[in-house]
Amino acid sequence: MTPTAAGSTADTTPDALLIRGARPYGEEAADVLVQDGLIAAVGHDLEAPDGAEVIDAEGCVLLPGLVDLHTHLREPGGEEAETVETGTRAAARGGFTAVHAMANTTPVADTAGVVEQVLQRGEDAAWCAVVPIGAVTVGLGGERLAELDAMARSRARVRVFSDDGKCVSDPVLMRRALEYVKTFDGVIAQHAQDPRLTEGAQMHEGRVSAELGLTGWPSVAEESIIARDVLLAEHVGSRLHVCHLSTAGSVEIIRWAKQRGVDVTAEVTPHHLLLTDDEARGYDAVYKVNPPLRTRADVEAVRAGLADGTIDIVATDHAPHPHDAKDREWDTAAFGMTGLETALGIVQHTMVDTGALTWRDVARVLSETPARIARDTDQGRPLEAGEVANLLVWDPRPSAEVDPEAHASRGRNSPVAGRSLPGANRLTLLGGRPTVRDTQLVAR
Amino acid sequence: MKHLISIGDLDRASAIELLDTSSRMVATQERQMRKLPTLVGTTVVNLFMEDSTRTRISFEAAAKRLSADVINFSAKGSSISKGESLKDTALTLRAMGADAVVVRAPSSGAAHKLAHSGWIDVPIINAGDGTHQHPTQALLDTFTLRRHLGGEQKQGECSGSVDGSGLDGLHVVVVGDIMHSRVARSNVQLMTLLGAHVTLVAPPSLVPVGADVWPCDVLYDLDEAIALQPDAVMMLRVQRERMLGGGYFPSAAEYTRRLQLTTERAHRLPEHAIVMHPGPMNRGFEIAGGVADGRRSVIVEQVAAGVSVRMAVLFHLLASNAREES
Repeated sequence: MTPTAAGSTADTTPDALLIRGARPYGEEAADVLVQDGLIAAVGHDLEAPDGAEVIDAEGCVLLPGLVDLHTHLREPGGEEAETVETGTRAAARGGFTAVHAMANTTPVADTAGVVEQVLQRGEDAAWCAVVPIGAVTVGLGGERLAELDAMARSRARVRVFSDDGKCVSDPVLMRRALEYVKTFDGVIAQHAQDPRLTEGAQMHEGRVSAELGLTGWPSVAEESIIARDVLLAEHVGSRLHVCHLSTAGSVEIIRWAKQRGVDVTAEVTPHHLLLTDDEARGYDAVYKVNPPLRTRADVEAVRAGLADGTIDIVATDHAPHPHDAKDREWDTAAFGMTGLETALGIVQHTMVDTGALTWRDVARVLSETPARIARDTDQGRPLEAGEVANLLVWDPRPSAEVDPEAHASRGRNSPVAGRSLPGANRLTLLGGRPTVRDTQLVAR
Repeated sequence: MKHLISIGDLDRASAIELLDTSSRMVATQERQMRKLPTLVGTTVVNLFMEDSTRTRISFEAAAKRLSADVINFSAKGSSISKGESLKDTALTLRAMGADAVVVRAPSSGAAHKLAHSGWIDVPIINAGDGTHQHPTQALLDTFTLRRHLGGEQKQGECSGSVDGSGLDGLHVVVVGDIMHSRVARSNVQLMTLLGAHVTLVAPPSLVPVGADVWPCDVLYDLDEAIALQPDAVMMLRVQRERMLGGGYFPSAAEYTRRLQLTTERAHRLPEHAIVMHPGPMNRGFEIAGGVADGRRSVIVEQVAAGVSVRMAVLFHLLASNAREES
């Protein structure tokens, strides 16, 4: 058995697993017994049943399996960039036990048929749960609502709807969508980008764009849509989720809306927690992303917003692209960066190692709250006996240089290539079954 | 210096050296036999992915007067118009044995990508990339300024040598569509590097957000700038084709009223002041015809300087590098 990065080692799942000495939520060490796909017991000095495999996890952190609310798996239609199989392998390596697959595929996930197909592909791949997100409008066209109810009642049980990649910019349509999803407790996840203010936009509008001669993507194009949408959500009494919030002003608006009692949640990506628009100076399109990398002040603001709970979750916006889509002039290159395999390393580096978040908080922002927003069952659950064993054993001590060539994702467009990130995925369990051991994938 | 991508590639000394070499090139162009044997056996490719007549001809003349072979590769009627990428074009040029590539492209950063992506490993000269940089234009503008106003002279006489000097103490006003102008970006950097003070004049809608940290002043009123009695005024072409999204100003008439260099405005300039334009001009829009043809105008001279400056750049990147390596 030779473990390889993109490949996987074969494994027979033991009848029982005893994880010894890991620290649930980074707190006091305990033993966790996993049996029949469930957490059987959490306690001290647990006995290993006959035939049980014992894993020494001393010094590691035990978290509920991570849940990504914003993943581009590219299938159907974009298989050159990623497939459900490769994308969920990447997710497992990143410690995720569930991903929410964005709707901007070809065809668009705007019918019950397409979302059920994506669900099925996820079940077949079985590296993590794949929860389809439905499009808000037909073909992401921004003109009329897709059959949201049909998707909600399909086998995929869609609760999150998004035109991500495009903004639902028509205020009337956005209002109707917010109203309509109340039927089944759904949520509209908005890609906040005023289209007129961002025509031809290439990067954050500011000092760097002025120097580089690249068309600016102003902060106000995001903030004005968020401001409008929180007021709409308040007016119609519905749930709004703001995708990949990226500016200091957006954090202020969300903070204000929450104080007013608006039912709004917000996400930030790992790259917006780490990188700034200075990265564009070399015209390397791996740093081209939408919304764009912002300024140092924005990075500080989104970190503070995540720390104080204004921003609810971290989501990757994992957006793999073929090499040729990035190895070209900036203005003709694709937007987006990969994120699944580096998300927790970046969160540890930017938030935990700096003291801004505890591991308990990490469980909240990368597992519990995203699962709650999406109304997922069996994800983001407490580390307690009787719960489904979707678990991550994370060793925060080692650090390693990021090598995209070793990633399971088909995308090589990692913005942290060559950087050193902390932490290693020691073990990931999906319903009690190991999907990853010591950073390597484990086949069924 | 391997490439010339941006004025940021230069320091004061290397910029002055380029200008001094340009002066020597001017001298060679006054001889009966203008062609120099310097680049015999060298192939220079003019890769023009965006329409340009004067810059391409200027580079072609410069390369030929240094005895280089020149291949023109233009967007129209070529593989580029069939959708070939910059990368594939670069790989093709590498296979053909180009010794240097002069590139004009609509994408900001295209020259930087050519120089640094490993597609091709020869000197790259930026002949204008999107709205980013146009370094040889700034060099020829600066060369012309220095020739008229540099050193100790301020009376418009091009007599004494200005070699070795910068633009110290000069005040240059640049007027027009700053946002979409690679010429303005390169000129602000180069002129200030050489000690000049630069004032930009534009309607606020044509000043890029983020220009507040540029090493220059920004005014919205041309009359206010003229009252400062600058030594030179450079009018920029208003690039109507770049007015993406539109509506940067209400009308051509309003622009003209506020920002045209009219004969009357030109009269208010100091006696020694010169008028420049990188071309192509919209006569009667940003500049009155009478001013363009008037006694202050050095516009035709700028074109002539372009050939000498580009000869100097080719000389430094090709001839002196070869000398260092051998």
